[in-house]
Amino acid sequence: MARKLLLTHIDVPGINTFEVYRQKGGYVAVEKVIKTMSPEDVVEEVKKSGLRGRGGAGFPTGMKWSFLAKPEGVPRYLVCNADESEPGTFKDRYLMTHIPHALIEGMIVSSFALGANTSYIYVRGEMMPQIRILERAIAEAKENGFLGKNILGSGYDLEIYVQPGGGAYICGEETALLESLEGKRGNPRIKPPFPAIAGLYNCPTVVNNVESIAATVPIINLGGEEYATIGVERSTGTKLISASGNIVKPGVYEIELGLPVEEFIYSDEYCGGIANGKRMKAVVAGGSSVPILPANLILKTAAGNSRLMTYESLSDGGFQTGTMLGSGGFIVFDEDQCVVRNTWNFARFYHHESCGQCSPCREGTGWMEKVLHKIESGHGSMSDIDLLWDVQRKIEGNTICPLGDAAAWPVAAAIRHFRDEFEWHILHPEESQTRNYGLAHYADPLQPIVS
Amino acid sequence: MLSVKQHNENVTFSPELLAKFGEVVGRYPEGKQKSGLLPILHLVQAEFGWVSADAMDQVAVYLHILPIEVYEVATFYTMFLLEPKGKYVLEICRTGPCCLVGAERIMGHLEQKLGVREGEVTADGLFSWRGVECLAACGFGPVLQIGPEYTFYENLDEAKVDELIDNLKAKTE
Ligand SMILES: Cc1cc2nc3c(=O)[nH]c(=O)nc-3n(C[C@H](O)[C@H](O)[C@H](O)COP(=O)(O)O)c2cc1C
Ligand code: SF4
Ligand code: FES
Repeated sequence: MARKLLLTHIDVPGINTFEVYRQKGGYVAVEKVIKTMSPEDVVEEVKKSGLRGRGGAGFPTGMKWSFLAKPEGVPRYLVCNADESEPGTFKDRYLMTHIPHALIEGMIVSSFALGANTSYIYVRGEMMPQIRILERAIAEAKENGFLGKNILGSGYDLEIYVQPGGGAYICGEETALLESLEGKRGNPRIKPPFPAIAGLYNCPTVVNNVESIAATVPIINLGGEEYATIGVERSTGTKLISASGNIVKPGVYEIELGLPVEEFIYSDEYCGGIANGKRMKAVVAGGSSVPILPANLILKTAAGNSRLMTYESLSDGGFQTGTMLGSGGFIVFDEDQCVVRNTWNFARFYHHESCGQCSPCREGTGWMEKVLHKIESGHGSMSDIDLLWDVQRKIEGNTICPLGDAAAWPVAAAIRHFRDEFEWHILHPEESQTRNYGLAHYADPLQPIVS
Repeated sequence: MLSVKQHNENVTFSPELLAKFGEVVGRYPEGKQKSGLLPILHLVQAEFGWVSADAMDQVAVYLHILPIEVYEVATFYTMFLLEPKGKYVLEICRTGPCCLVGAERIMGHLEQKLGVREGEVTADGLFSWRGVECLAACGFGPVLQIGPEYTFYENLDEAKVDELIDNLKAKTE
């Protein structure tokens, strides 16, 4: 059995309550940092652990923390990113639902390290039940002296508040999140300045993902060095993977980084293989934004090595033959799934979620959605494939925030690896048109754009 | 952008609701009360079922901000319903991973069962439905949620949808 650090007690009845969580060794990390460590010591441990941001970009957490500006007399903020909207990703919801205190404990440890006295957890608005759960956990921690004024008699004060979003994927981008937390539209800010210098209310701010913050607890308990022995290369520790699509056992799994992809997909401990005895066609390994790979390339790198679940191995081969670990949203497609249709669905998603500030993203995502719909519904021509390629290339790198890239990459990868499937749609318009998935009367997103 | 049917002149905020607003505003530093806008709009929607232009105007007064600052936020975020909908708004995930496990089929079924298209209200005023984007439950798809509590229904099939709708109908009879 692989080592678990975050989900160790997930099956213990009542682990969502303070009492049981505490019995299982909870809040020991808070006692340790508050009673025996300085904030700088905590940052040092996190640096040693090699922890990389679990929200998607994989930036080293300790390094991010050390960039935080510390001007005299100006408050600093920790903001937890619990917006979790990247299609394919559902680990943060899972963690917050079942072990809310793991996040609250991590928030206290991290806030202490950063010298923050007020911290916010920005939770996507649809997660009202999780917001209630977190608010209860915060109240329990407070009743037990782990939050509020003078925590454990140390003189350190901390308040944590939960903030709901309003249903906008873009608010997962950290500067859009800060705008939203200030009560505005979620338009990403132009950087620099980075949040470490000017973030929430123009004060120095760190934004971290739920899982990154929760991971600081085992890091403090084990020590950074011990944590870093788990995993391979610069991919240290454990990672929550959200597994969905056509597999026998979808769900959230905690893996040690370095697990072979093949084992993750086919072993009974994890996904349990492809559902209904079918064959695997493709995988999106790190949430909808990362390049899709055909079955052969997800199992082995172009050089023929076994592909591992690590930041390095998944990106081996660059975008030509590789992908990214991203947020760990692992989406598996069986042989009957249509890559063109899925690519259209994702393009529609990005068009819907674009904040509209940059023309390449605002216009480009809509254009890709239309062209992909045209191809998928059997009205495409061969030149449309080149057009798509052209449009995605002109979005990438030309926008304020990475949503533009996130919209472009899936389209590029689908054409790169599944071009013949696009051509099939164009050469077999009749068959493409008669596939209606039982939605003949469903008017809105499926109405033919080209009549 | 705001049309006549988005008005509801009778809207008044009860003392209980105003107390909740006060609790929200207490979470932010002095002078940063605008941060309370999203939580307050959620409270308004939970109370009235939707967010009318008049309610937005009153929220603006409450937060000492301009009405446009409320409108631009309410129209940006998809969760806010800017016109009256059914008593129960069924929001089903329509994004890729859920489609791999049959979300489109379930949407078709929902449409048939309720007899209204996306965004419309059933004749009895009870139901509306709409497709929404990934709800962070892709491993348990197809999924749908119902506000204002955002109760969650996972691993949907036709029978579960029928049962859910019949139960909701029975509850209101
Ligand atoms: C369009 C977009 C959406 C994002 N969504 C999320 C999200 O839902 N959750 C998250 O933690 N990070 C998300 N990110 C990444 C954040 O901007 C940020 O890098 C992250 O919260 C930093 O935390 P970490 O270093 O702990 O990973 C998103 C980024 C972009 C560009
Ligand atoms: S890239 Fe898209 S989402 Fe990001 S700021 Fe520009 S328009 Fe907005
Ligand atoms: S795709 Fe439906 S919940 Fe994620």
